[in-house]
Amino acid sequence: MFKKIALSALTALSLTAGGAYAAGGEAHVEDFDFSFEGPFGTYDQMQLQRGLKVYTEVCAACHGLKFVPIRSLAEDGGPGFTEDEVRAYAEQNFEVFDEELDDFRPARPTDHFPENNGVGAPDLSLMAKARAGFHGPYGLGINQFVKGMGGAEYIASLLTGYTGEEKFEAGTTLYENHAFPGGWISMAPPLSDELVEFDDGHDNSVHHMAQDVSAFLMWTAEPKMMARKQAGFVGVFFLVVLSALLYLVNKRIWRPIKHPGH
Amino acid sequence: MAGIPHDHYEPNSGAEKWLHKRLPIVGLLYDTIMIPTPKNLNWMWIWGIILTFCLALQIVTGIVLVMHYTPHVDLAFASVEHIMRNVNGGFMLRYLHANGASLFFIAVYAHIFRGLYYGSYKAPREITWIIGMLIYLCMMGTAFMGYVLPWGQMSFWGATVITGLFGAIPLIGEPIQTWLLGGPAVDNATLNRFFSLHYLLPFVIAGLVAVHIWAFHTTGNNNPTGVEVRRTSKAEAAKDTVPFWPYYVIKDLFALAVILAVFFAVVGFMPNYLGHPDNYIEANPLATPAHIVPEWYFLPFYAILRAFTSEVWVVQIASFVTGGIIDAKFFGVLAMFGAIAVMALAPWLDTSSVRSGKYRPSFKWWFWLLVIDFFALMWLGAMPAEEPYASFSLIASAYWFAYFLVILPLLGVIEKPLPRPATIEEDFEAHYGKSSDATPAE
Repeated sequence: MFKKIALSALTALSLTAGGAYAAGGEAHVEDFDFSFEGPFGTYDQMQLQRGLKVYTEVCAACHGLKFVPIRSLAEDGGPGFTEDEVRAYAEQNFEVFDEELDDFRPARPTDHFPENNGVGAPDLSLMAKARAGFHGPYGLGINQFVKGMGGAEYIASLLTGYTGEEKFEAGTTLYENHAFPGGWISMAPPLSDELVEFDDGHDNSVHHMAQDVSAFLMWTAEPKMMARKQAGFVGVFFLVVLSALLYLVNKRIWRPIKHPGH
Repeated sequence: MAGIPHDHYEPNSGAEKWLHKRLPIVGLLYDTIMIPTPKNLNWMWIWGIILTFCLALQIVTGIVLVMHYTPHVDLAFASVEHIMRNVNGGFMLRYLHANGASLFFIAVYAHIFRGLYYGSYKAPREITWIIGMLIYLCMMGTAFMGYVLPWGQMSFWGATVITGLFGAIPLIGEPIQTWLLGGPAVDNATLNRFFSLHYLLPFVIAGLVAVHIWAFHTTGNNNPTGVEVRRTSKAEAAKDTVPFWPYYVIKDLFALAVILAVFFAVVGFMPNYLGHPDNYIEANPLATPAHIVPEWYFLPFYAILRAFTSEVWVVQIASFVTGGIIDAKFFGVLAMFGAIAVMALAPWLDTSSVRSGKYRPSFKWWFWLLVIDFFALMWLGAMPAEEPYASFSLIASAYWFAYFLVILPLLGVIEKPLPRPATIEEDFEAHYGKSSDATPAE
């Protein structure tokens, strides 16, 4: 088997690389606007809360978030829950297996969101970084540079990309989706208008719910994004100041060498 | 230290004399930092400091990352997420380390092409060049093994593909591959040995860097004119040089600060731009990613590896002559390593007596074509192995070899070089004049 894997890798290396491009070409990813785009972008706290609700009521039925600690809902730069809200959320929504009790118990903030392997759906913790919505052109990376990697856009496009067509193939129903590479996905359309009721009365059309849950998944994938951008600004600011000072020092010390007698 | 005559360290106080007699370490540091350096160095001479900084950055961030990382197939991916989510500043450490590798390679390529243009590889600096090539090879090994550690899909499949290259060696290939992997396929044993070697190699690089610096401190730096510093007397040498401290230390630190400002913008605002999304999917031996691509800094040589398919006549001849021992796959591997080997042999392939490309009218064109060729190969390495990219790759690979094996040897014979300045001082004064207006620091 191992030899087969190695062989398939080499085949993939030499042959199927083109396939990905071909498939990628078909897929259509819409450039949704997100609040976290660009160097100044931040997460919209209310949107993360709405997205969490969509995840909890819809996605969580099949998809896990195993790398995300529930307590992080209260951390800076996230949905901004209070400690009590986190505790209540964990208890009400998830049960985890406790090895000490040898039984299930309600989840606590210190637990992670549960893993969910029920129907073989992929874990969503890092999905927004594990997919790229934008490519090229011609492999030059210009679109990714301008628009970002587009993981969240990919997820939102996928959730809104169903055409309504279905087909039955090899024992599974496949649904046509023009954001999915290859065009047919085994996940049934998970969202329908007004499926989730938002506390803030926000628009709950499929389009908006898709966008909210994608923003939430960007946060689960990159919970420290706001701290990171801040560090970036601090770093760039001080280095620019330092550069200016060093430029002047450099000019000053070289002057007698370059212009002797001045 | 031999080389350019200059003032050496003189211990003054009793304590200094006491130490100097037993261990002349202060003198060594003094001579290193005060080394006479040609005063006409341009901005392409900053990369050495950038590279030294990169090595330090990678070692420091790496050592801290290791404190939180777990080298085990079931735990590695989760431990990286632990670093990203729970370790104080862990997300910065990891992004600095991952993007630090890219900065390291940008700097090393700039440094290598600087050497190729100004003939820094030529006598008497062949050893510096060869040590530099060894450093570059160690960097590639370190970067490759480091990319495996997060144990994502690209880590796993990249490791499978690259170690598979060793399997292409006739007869002994498969045992070598098994020996490298510690088993029949990439698995826990592979991850553990890669982790161990990823930690070891940077210190080997540090040792090689010391030898690299020792070598060019013995010969003296090259400079944009390629004209040697006058060494007949201290006074004459002083006309061509300035001490490294403070003139070049400050200049290099300025360049470093500018480059780091850009680097911090990348780390802060787009840390995953140079990475591959598939590496955020945990390694799965049963699911091959649709598109296995190495990191950008391997792409030029990866393109050369893939260029030589069984349809290429050179490959067919090689296969025929060796009775099939050299097949297309092995030929590709030989070509990839050969591309680096011919670069390492540049000191002996270049027959021109003129060192700097500045004074070689036709060489310039061929050199810039090589730079374009390098970027073309980088782009082609990321493209699918199909037409027209396959043909382009072959042409670009052919030029890479032609530059070193044909153009460099011939050009030295047929080219008529331009007149060069007699001394570095003359070049410097031609540039700045004795009483011109203030020009920007250079």
